[in-house]
Amino acid sequence: MKGRTDTPWWVRYLVFLMAMGLAGVILLVPLANVLFRAFSGGLGAYFGALADPDTVHAVFLTLFVAVVSVVFNTVFGVAAAWAIGKYSFRGKALLVTLIDLPFSVSPVISGLIFVLLFGAPSALGRWLDGHNVQILFATPGIVVATLFVTFPFVAREVLPIMEATGTDQEEAALTLGASPWQTFRHVTLPTVKWGVIYGVLLCTARAIGEFGAVAVVSGKIAGKTDTMSLRVEKLYQEYQGRAAFAVATLFLGLAVVTLVLKSAVEWRVKRALREAAPSTGSGQAPSEAA
Amino acid sequence: MSIEVRNVTKKFGSYVAVNDVSVTIPSGQLVALLGPSGSGKTTLLRVIAGLEQQDGGAVWMNGVDVTEQPARVRNVGFVFQHYALFKHMSVAENIGFPLRVRKRRPAEIDSEVRQLLHLVRLEGFDKRYPSQLSGGQRQRVALARALAAKPNVLLLDEPFGSLDAKVRMELRQWLRRLHDEISVTSVFVTHDQEEALEVADRIVVMNQGRVEQEGTPQEIFEHPKTKFVMSFLGAVNIFHGRVQKGRAIFGGHEEEFEDHPHEEAKPAQGYVRPHELDIDRTPRAERSYPATVRHVNVAGPTVKVELLLRDQQTVVQAYLGRERYQELKLQPGEAVYVVPRQLRIFVQDEDDEDSP
Repeated sequence: MKGRTDTPWWVRYLVFLMAMGLAGVILLVPLANVLFRAFSGGLGAYFGALADPDTVHAVFLTLFVAVVSVVFNTVFGVAAAWAIGKYSFRGKALLVTLIDLPFSVSPVISGLIFVLLFGAPSALGRWLDGHNVQILFATPGIVVATLFVTFPFVAREVLPIMEATGTDQEEAALTLGASPWQTFRHVTLPTVKWGVIYGVLLCTARAIGEFGAVAVVSGKIAGKTDTMSLRVEKLYQEYQGRAAFAVATLFLGLAVVTLVLKSAVEWRVKRALREAAPSTGSGQAPSEAA
Repeated sequence: MSIEVRNVTKKFGSYVAVNDVSVTIPSGQLVALLGPSGSGKTTLLRVIAGLEQQDGGAVWMNGVDVTEQPARVRNVGFVFQHYALFKHMSVAENIGFPLRVRKRRPAEIDSEVRQLLHLVRLEGFDKRYPSQLSGGQRQRVALARALAAKPNVLLLDEPFGSLDAKVRMELRQWLRRLHDEISVTSVFVTHDQEEALEVADRIVVMNQGRVEQEGTPQEIFEHPKTKFVMSFLGAVNIFHGRVQKGRAIFGGHEEEFEDHPHEEAKPAQGYVRPHELDIDRTPRAERSYPATVRHVNVAGPTVKVELLLRDQQTVVQAYLGRERYQELKLQPGEAVYVVPRQLRIFVQDEDDEDSP
């Protein structure tokens, strides 16, 4: 370890070991426990637990909800970031606050909001009931709750890049004869590409892992409205610890994939932000080979 | 293609950036919009391009009212101060962009791009990205891109503003030659009077959102209409005198001054450039001011002499030719006479801000 401080080497190592030890206790030991418990009955039992029809249904429901949320939030997030980053309009600050709102509301409360909104006691709930539309305790409710919770991810990642890039390149494209769509497609989108990918990654991970909001609206009907995370909880409550941990390994795999992709994308986002600032080329040539 | 700006006004909130400006830019000329920062020159350029919506007035191009046309159909080439190159596209892709959005055939785009690369002397740079180019090279890519769609007019916003002095000099001479070659009507914004005087066919001097004067570089330099133009175009010395009954009295010398035939005497200022001042040991028949030599700077192509007039307040600068300096052999502290060869007299207005 190298440093510019006068801290003695043994202090630095001690602090380092403490941090690593803490991470080990609260991260690695539980993870090892998950794997150990999942495979405690052997591979056959492990795959048997995963092949359970209700579990398979939960996996596909979770993937469906994640895809819908990611697609919607990507379209919305890029559009919102574009409007906020490139234009000034009345209500801009309000829109930014609204985008951040899901971050500051507890997921369980978010779920509860939808229960109150779509539930039988409300006028909307009665109207929906009268028209035979089922939102709560069905897939639409899960989608809506997940959408709400994952709302900010793409917009929040794309907005800083949009703002830092300014409007120079877009103005140039317009004077060069590009239509607004061509400008967006060929100029704006490529500059925020890595921000979008990063946002999609975070959004996907959260959509798959969401528990609180979904737990409130889903009704937890096995084989119908159980998502993966709800399934883990239910199996565990039913004393099927091994099956619960088997499903949990799927989350573990997802976490590893997310972590790897996240660190790969993160530095590209940083580079995009660095390059976004209008260059004021002062005339120095990095490689003047004419 | 000519450009006509008719009574254009542009406000940002309560700030009037361009105030009722009318300018005509003749076809095929290279025109400079010259002024200090905040004079409205860039805003006017952006109004011409359609990047800024004016609050009043109209823009005509080649006899057609384009006021209501959006930027993308005006077919202007616009070169931004910070180039605004597409960072994720190579040089060739940048230059080909206006052709691609016009759905030209790839083969056609390729050959056009090659010609433009040749025009801006960047052959072999086609695969580079903007981040791999120097400032001057980026500027030339931006210019090639602006020219790719054969624009009606070329507009350049401080085209050399962010380059260092040497590259700047080279590029502006090159721009002049390029313009002579392709002769597209061009307007460039600059705050550098030397750049405007050297490159432009015509200069429009702007100040505080208005046009101060318009003309050829020679007209502007030799016959400035206002004090602002006079002092913005180079160093000046100011002598105080007065005008009365068609006469101007400066330094104990009277001369004809038709602009003020009135009985009432008014204070006036005489503006002289440093190279229009002569120095002598004896008073001359013309107006001459007794002064003391304060400082002599011999470095450079002319000898710069700083003098203090007898009023003990006014400091004047005179640039002498080397021969004249050899003749005089001036020493600091010496008492001499300053002789303005040419005096541009401006009568002082009552509401003049810079009145003493």
